[in-house]
Amino acid sequence: MNTTILLLLAQDGITNGAIYALLGFGLVLVFAVTRVILIPQGEFITFGALTYAALSSGKLPGTAELACALGFVAFCMEMFSIRHQFTTGRIVRAAALYILASALALVLAQFAGGDTSSATINIALSLMIVSPIGLYLYRIAYQPIAHASVLVLLIASVGVHLALQGLALLFFGAEGMRAPTITDVAASIGPLRVTGQTLAVYIITVSLIVALWLFFGHTVYGKALRATAVNRIGARLVGIRTVLSGQIAFMLAAGIGAISGILIVPMTTIYYDSGFLIGLKGFIAAIVGGLASYPLTAAAAVAVGVVEAFSSFYASNFKEVIVFALILPVLLARSLSAPTIEEEKD
Amino acid sequence: MSQRWSIALFALVMALFPVLPGVPPFWMVLLDNIGLAALVALGLVLLTGVGGLTSFGQAAFCGFGAYTTAVLTTSFGLSPWLTLPASLLVTGLLAVVLGLVTVRLSGHYLPLGTIAWGLSLYYLFSKLEFLGRNDGISGIPPISIGSLKMMSAGSIYYVIWSAVFISSILTLNLLDSRLGRAIRALRRGHLAAEAFGVETARAKLLVFIYAAILAGLSGWLYAHFLRAVNPTPFGAQAGIEYLFIAVVGGAGHVWGAVLGSGIVVILQEILKSEMFATLGEGQLEIVVFGVLLVILLQVAPGGVWPRVAAFWPFERRLDKLPAGEPLAARPKVDIAGKTLLEVQGARKQFGGVVAVNNVSFKISPRQIVALIGPNGAGKSTTFNLITGVLAATSGKISMLGRPITGLAPQEIVRRGIARTFQHVKLVPDMTVLENVAIGTHLRGHAGAIASMLRLDRRDETRLLAEAARQIRRVGLEPQMHQLAGNLALGQQRIVEIARALCADPILLLLDEPAAGLRHNEKQQLAALLRQLKDEGMSILLVEHDMGFVMNLAEQVVVLDFGTKIAEGAPSEIKSNPDVVRAYLGVAA
Amino acid sequence: MTEMLLSVKNASVSYGKVEAVREVSLDVAPGEIVTIVGANGAGKTTLLNSIMGILPFRGQVRIDGCGFERLDIEDRVAAGLFLVPEHRELFTSMTVADNLVLGGFRTNRSSATAALERVYAMFPRLKERRLQLAGTLSGGEQQMLAMGRALMGEPKFLMLDEPSLGLAPRIVADIFAIIGDLRAAGIAVLLVEQNAQAALRIADRAYVMELGSFVLSGAASKIAGNPQVMASYLGFENTAEAADLSECRVP
Repeated sequence: MNTTILLLLAQDGITNGAIYALLGFGLVLVFAVTRVILIPQGEFITFGALTYAALSSGKLPGTAELACALGFVAFCMEMFSIRHQFTTGRIVRAAALYILASALALVLAQFAGGDTSSATINIALSLMIVSPIGLYLYRIAYQPIAHASVLVLLIASVGVHLALQGLALLFFGAEGMRAPTITDVAASIGPLRVTGQTLAVYIITVSLIVALWLFFGHTVYGKALRATAVNRIGARLVGIRTVLSGQIAFMLAAGIGAISGILIVPMTTIYYDSGFLIGLKGFIAAIVGGLASYPLTAAAAVAVGVVEAFSSFYASNFKEVIVFALILPVLLARSLSAPTIEEEKD
Repeated sequence: MSQRWSIALFALVMALFPVLPGVPPFWMVLLDNIGLAALVALGLVLLTGVGGLTSFGQAAFCGFGAYTTAVLTTSFGLSPWLTLPASLLVTGLLAVVLGLVTVRLSGHYLPLGTIAWGLSLYYLFSKLEFLGRNDGISGIPPISIGSLKMMSAGSIYYVIWSAVFISSILTLNLLDSRLGRAIRALRRGHLAAEAFGVETARAKLLVFIYAAILAGLSGWLYAHFLRAVNPTPFGAQAGIEYLFIAVVGGAGHVWGAVLGSGIVVILQEILKSEMFATLGEGQLEIVVFGVLLVILLQVAPGGVWPRVAAFWPFERRLDKLPAGEPLAARPKVDIAGKTLLEVQGARKQFGGVVAVNNVSFKISPRQIVALIGPNGAGKSTTFNLITGVLAATSGKISMLGRPITGLAPQEIVRRGIARTFQHVKLVPDMTVLENVAIGTHLRGHAGAIASMLRLDRRDETRLLAEAARQIRRVGLEPQMHQLAGNLALGQQRIVEIARALCADPILLLLDEPAAGLRHNEKQQLAALLRQLKDEGMSILLVEHDMGFVMNLAEQVVVLDFGTKIAEGAPSEIKSNPDVVRAYLGVAA
Repeated sequence: MTEMLLSVKNASVSYGKVEAVREVSLDVAPGEIVTIVGANGAGKTTLLNSIMGILPFRGQVRIDGCGFERLDIEDRVAAGLFLVPEHRELFTSMTVADNLVLGGFRTNRSSATAALERVYAMFPRLKERRLQLAGTLSGGEQQMLAMGRALMGEPKFLMLDEPSLGLAPRIVADIFAIIGDLRAAGIAVLLVEQNAQAALRIADRAYVMELGSFVLSGAASKIAGNPQVMASYLGFENTAEAADLSECRVP
């Protein structure tokens, strides 16, 4: 194989790897704060991609109505759980968060979005629609079992994933969609062709990663979110609203998923179940990082992207077998090198 | 109603079910599917629910069981009964290989590892030529007894459900044995289990292989039920399904496997039925299934079985006190005049931090020595060095002249050193008796097969009688059958002492045994320790209660910042200015 | 201006069928230390946890006459009620400094630096170890960190659950000295302790709790002189040496 192919594959791999890294971070974030392994992140990717694609072609995406419906269910559940302790403040807060936010997104999407609007507006609208879905899902499916074991939360994630994937099929149908690129700018560097889209991918993913790092490492709110993950009761005893932490984490993860979908959909056709496979790669990267280390997750993500690019080129009959089997030695190496801490909590 | 009668009743109902008039044959198919899933879920109950090892890959083992018999019966014409041991053997061997890798994976890597090889094997099934690739193998002969061929769902029903019942009973027996206690300690308290001789890696491997064999059995039955196999039922989706069957049913409960399978299989069947095909474009059923799954988990996060069992009046309350012949005691070696334990220049460094700095001291037979010092002085680390939990950076520790530095905790307890822990390490959902019995682990011999077949009863009675004896000795007889997690902290510490005594030690290491005890309870403890000394034991204890220590110990060693700053009789120590400054504080 | 009083009336807490706390009433005023002594399992920790809002209970909790019962834990914290729990509940994988900063999350974010300096002055050992992970500290240091974290929030009412558990005598003396300083600073302190000796020495008033109820209450010195209390909790033996060493001298 010559250098051109090598470089092309590498570029492909790294571009995808950047997106997988972002997704991996979303997974690590959610796990750290809520101990939930967010399998449905794939659906956020799908929702983001297809919402953006729909808006770009002038259609009103079904996700806007889904968000309103979910918001309403979340609102009802919230009212039920505070039924003994109604205060005006609580009711207003809940109404704003669960009902107004999604209703606003729906109205704006109806009037401000469409094939004539700029890409920026459509992107913003897509995020406005999909991110709150993350928050609502946390309230509906996970908050009531927040104290359950990691395994139970994982199974809940499976349930949510199945339900959302089914809903994606219901709303968007079985046909795939694609969106126009953000910009048609392209340039050639040597044998490589760098498009505006690819550049957008790099810029956005890197900025988001840096922003996340700054947020969690250096702001009080970020530390408060981490503290919720480390010791829930300790966090409550210093006044951190742990429930809000969980909701914020989910909203961030949904936003990350949505952005990933928006970045990918101009480059590849997205179907109702594509998100899951993309999310799976982010998941692998996050696990190799131990669901804890961001730098390791990023490195693993790029590795996954590159291996994927190369192995689909060398379309071997046994490529999946090899790829999955290769993960084992990596995991073993990580297990043996990381010191075993007695984990008493499951 | 005792558990045994309940099981018998259930078995009777299931046996009579097919011959009831008016039972549609379709229900037989459904029940067969439930039974097949229950077998795999049963393995997961042990592996994931009790052992804490989450596996997504059980479906791959089903595949191996199914394909082995498919190939052997269609290509080689072997009879199904001959291929049964072959299927189980192949699955078992694969489990050994995969298990050796998987059980070494820590934390979150383990489930991902299972996904990795699970998917890998699935793709293997679908790519290999001689397995028929994606079309699989068909034309598998049915199981037959004599001339009776089990072609219908109703006939293979009995084989499937016999397998389910037998496996459930074997599993229950295993959990109620010496090995069962070791397995139950895997999730919370494996550090303590290792300190009493449990080889946790081996226990994990055992559980892994057992779960795999159950899955292989399910696969074998599946192949002869459907009489055709293809890769689809052995992929990722099935792997996840088995896991949520176990969780929905109740991950740590044997009967949760059957209940969970029943719930999920019937639910899926209802959703596929006519009723739902008319609503939505056929994908609504997945949405509903997902929603129902979440609701089920919210309503019963610990599984449905515990909820159901609360209504059913069967309790295995062991109210009778176990009595049995005494166990073989440690051979009494004449050790008078020799040094029991010698620590020479022990040093432990964690990166740049020196936790234990060239500490040396001796313990004689029939001596109570106290190790005191401020928090962070290195006392618990010293304990960990002596018991082999940590490896010393340098220095030598020897017992009766023989070096024990670098030995594993399991070997150290064999030599006669038993310990308690500063942070209590009991298994909260086992009774006090069962927790204490972990201390007898090395004095029992029953293996897995013996336990499953209930051949270990004599051994077991003796172990439990010993545990009961020690519980009586420390004064906790009234609490013997209570769950350890329900006891007050002070009492839990005493349970740990009873557990340590079960190992028949010559040296007892106690880490803050009196913390959380009331005054008269401390007096009782002191009396017990003096009695143990008179009976020939030596005791090394860490304590902060100076009144307790000074009255009890003959020799006191003082550590500060990892270094020994004083050693001597209590009267010398309490007036030593260095000790007062570092630890005791100014006495008016 | 009415005195800011933490007042608990007829509090009852049940675990299923077991009544862990029965109809308990107490008051704590600013600038006083009230201690509850009792054996393991008497219900002391349960009581504190329910006042904080961790456990549900029947009864009333009021601060300055305002009912607290409907408030979440987080809102009680915002009102100035802090608990240093039995197991400390530190953020073990975060640094000492981060733990402290988070202590002021709800009430004291803007003046965090000043508050941090005050806490470091009170606990110099914490300042030395400020970049270390909380989980690597020794037991006594962790207790100090837990108290420091609570102090960051500038509490008006501080509840301490067994601060001396598992600590060396000298550290216990240090900690009790600090508790005395808190009283001087005008904080209302509710102290639950098994080390009855040390607690009764420093407290102004005391309650003795047994099996979920208060069996004795009054001035701490009177309680300490009560013969039953002396026998059960203070364990006076004949050995003068033992008494010598098992008492913590607190100024």
